[in-house]
Amino acid sequence: MSETATATKEKEKDLLQPIYDDPGVMKGLEKLDEATIERVINQTLEAEGGARLKILVETCVHCGLCSDACHFFMSHDRDPKYAPVGKVKQTIWEMLRKKGKVSKEFLMRAVQVAHTECNLCRRCVQYCPFGIDTAHLISLTRRICHKLGITPQYIQDTAHSHSATYNQMWVKEDEWTDSLFWQEDESRDEIPNMRIPLEKEGADIYYSVIAPEPKFRTQLIYQAAVIMHEAGADWTMSSLPGWDNSDMCMFTGDLEMMGRLKRRHFEDAMRLKVKRIVMGECGHAFRSIYDTGNRWDAWESMPVTIQHSVDFFEELLRLGKIKVKTKIQEKVTIHDPCNIIRGRGLQEKLRTVVHAFCDNVVEMYPNKEHNYCCSAGGGVINCGPPHKNTRIVGNSVKADQLRETGASIVVAPCHNCHGGIEDIIHANHLGMELKFLGDIIYEHMEKPDAI
Amino acid sequence: MKDASLWDWNPGEKEIVAYDACSGDCEWLEEPVVSPDGEKIARVAKIRDEEEAVFTLAVNGELWESTFERCWYPRFSPDSRLTALCSEMAEWTLVVDGEPWEERYGFIWDTRFAKDSGAIAAAVQQDMQYGYVKDGEPWGEFFENTNHPVMSPDGSKIASVVQTRNIPQADIFTFKEGCFSVAVNGEPWDRNFVNCWDPVFDAKGESVATTVRTSLYDYTIAVDGRAWNSRYQCMWEPRFNPGNGSVVAAGRQGGKWGMLKDDEWIWEPRFFQCWKPAFSDDGANLYAVVAPSFGRWTVAVNGKAWGEKFKQAVSDLVISPDGKRAAIIGKTDEQWGIIVDDTRWVGWFAMAYPPVFSPDSRHVGYAVERKDGQMTIILDGHAYHKDFDKAWSPVFSPDSQHVMIRCLDGGVYKRIVVPISEF
Ligand code: SF4
Ligand code: SF4
Repeated sequence: MSETATATKEKEKDLLQPIYDDPGVMKGLEKLDEATIERVINQTLEAEGGARLKILVETCVHCGLCSDACHFFMSHDRDPKYAPVGKVKQTIWEMLRKKGKVSKEFLMRAVQVAHTECNLCRRCVQYCPFGIDTAHLISLTRRICHKLGITPQYIQDTAHSHSATYNQMWVKEDEWTDSLFWQEDESRDEIPNMRIPLEKEGADIYYSVIAPEPKFRTQLIYQAAVIMHEAGADWTMSSLPGWDNSDMCMFTGDLEMMGRLKRRHFEDAMRLKVKRIVMGECGHAFRSIYDTGNRWDAWESMPVTIQHSVDFFEELLRLGKIKVKTKIQEKVTIHDPCNIIRGRGLQEKLRTVVHAFCDNVVEMYPNKEHNYCCSAGGGVINCGPPHKNTRIVGNSVKADQLRETGASIVVAPCHNCHGGIEDIIHANHLGMELKFLGDIIYEHMEKPDAI
Repeated sequence: MKDASLWDWNPGEKEIVAYDACSGDCEWLEEPVVSPDGEKIARVAKIRDEEEAVFTLAVNGELWESTFERCWYPRFSPDSRLTALCSEMAEWTLVVDGEPWEERYGFIWDTRFAKDSGAIAAAVQQDMQYGYVKDGEPWGEFFENTNHPVMSPDGSKIASVVQTRNIPQADIFTFKEGCFSVAVNGEPWDRNFVNCWDPVFDAKGESVATTVRTSLYDYTIAVDGRAWNSRYQCMWEPRFNPGNGSVVAAGRQGGKWGMLKDDEWIWEPRFFQCWKPAFSDDGANLYAVVAPSFGRWTVAVNGKAWGEKFKQAVSDLVISPDGKRAAIIGKTDEQWGIIVDDTRWVGWFAMAYPPVFSPDSRHVGYAVERKDGQMTIILDGHAYHKDFDKAWSPVFSPDSQHVMIRCLDGGVYKRIVVPISEF
């Protein structure tokens, strides 16, 4: 082998190291043979790719206009491997072109691209003259990986948890309710008549969260409860499975489980006869109940109105249900979560809330619907430790954006964005503080019932 | 056992108690629940105490003598006994009419009542092991986790999905080998599956069917631990035919849904959705909620969909006691309505509660909430002449001649018996 060839091989090995470290992928590959790979790919493409896939593939003129849209491409010195069209080439096109006859080495890279180098953020769709939805093609690749059994370990584990418990983090049914009781008890030290109303049939609002909240971020439940209480909201939480609105199965391509989770969530809200579901500050869960999972279940829109916290907080302010007591004077910047901004257009409402509580807001550019993803979204952060560096290195543009604002506080109303941006702040020594809207509102609102 | 014929069915309005009545010094009273016979209204009460949290239940304004650190989930049994889940010294139990069960647990939740007997059950956790307790008696064996409990109609058995093997953290390989089964009264089947969901008993309480995944991709139904031969893309909850013991469940093929009976298609997969199967008591009629086209919801009876549909969702499907009629409540353009026997009744509401059939199957009533938050009862398409601050689902007399309205009216909890002929 020539020196250049050896060097290239080494480089490739380097690139693939996170995949070698991921038993979900490696052990899954061990079980596969050529015939199975070919059969699964072709069956999936035929049954689920449909006319849409054909059109998407035939329409692309390889112009590369989508490239600059992608934070991975921009963060890797414009390496074409990381361009949206490059990702499609390394995944679904090759599977189509080779009619499913692809090697295990090819699949290693395809899993990596699909699960760890694309956040399904849909920024690139906006720059393609034909509106080609790369995220859709990458999702289809993940569906194939799911069917081949080569999904990264950590996100697969969350999918397993969803299937067994209807929540993302193996939270047992008693642990959930107990954590609500615990938060209620704590809050009564601050607000003596505070309640987290459980199982209140006929309430206006069903408040749902993602399982990491009872597991790691209980203060978010506390804060949301205080905001609900002080706003005089007629609200409830469920004590039964269905309370978790998150959905990693949507991202692993286990669409059947996605449908099961969404059915459970909506039916739980309908059981309690609520008028709307208000959900905590999470982006992917919103996508799942507002756009993806509901449709898999054949609900054209939503069986129960869905309101993201950003939307809800803006409503509370607008209607005078909560009032600003103090304002943050430090420089604050706003991170726009893809799923609720590009996915729902909440950018102005987000700003209304932030500006109400912060005197010194400085924008990142590009922003709003043109924002760069946090690089944790789309299930990438859920692929766990082996792939952490991929998303941090793959988002130096976000680090640059953050740095340029000179802000000391970043507001990010999404769990995944929090995880991703926290790592970016840390790795780049940016020394910024990260906050949810709930953190800010809780701290700076009037609380007439507090002692 | 409840004997509704002994309840007071004399026509007229009875004021039971003021809504905020409380025999003690209460800081607050929580959301009300009312008894099936309409005679009682209960609320969790927080008693004023400077030192510690003290809770109990107020029934028609009278506080239970026993008090607790915390009380939640007040529920009346079908025979109108009041249950609540209560804790003392961080240990939990179920309390019936003020009397706690003797055994204490780490936690207790999800109270269930038997349809045909007085049995009461709940899920419990003890020392991080999970099981069920019925009438104070816990299962002999507890498990690493339990989900989806169901009680047999006579209340003698509880079946539940159980986790029979430990899954080390993030161990996706052990999971894929199958770590879940179904246990009946604590006795697990001798076979594990990758997942089990929604177990159900047959009419006699002798057999249990459940939806299973045998790999991440293969769905089927298992009856008493034995899986059907075929595998499907996806499946929903099974139901036993009470007439002949066969098992049906909706299955997905080629992206469309149909109905299977004992592993054979009986409704070809042509629906965009199909779930909540329900049989008439004689097993002759099979109903299910279906979406014949994308986003349009109704009922199919023996495979044939009704013409009337809701655009947004169907939440509840109810079959008449004689099994010949059905009613669904659902939503179109953010408003709730009802379709009975493929006829849409006039009126759209802010909320609609599950329909109730009279015992002779001739009448249907349901509680609705208007846009201004006031509630009333609709019977056979006609609204009661008065709105209330709150109304619960109507209750029919056993002879189907009267309907009972349980309501909050002007700060008073009332029970109104109306002859159907005068509604
Ligand atoms: S990460 Fe976003 S911009 Fe990049 S390819 Fe994926 S969807 Fe497109
Ligand atoms: S911008 Fe559109 S047409 Fe051009 S390369 Fe990207 S996906 Fe293909």
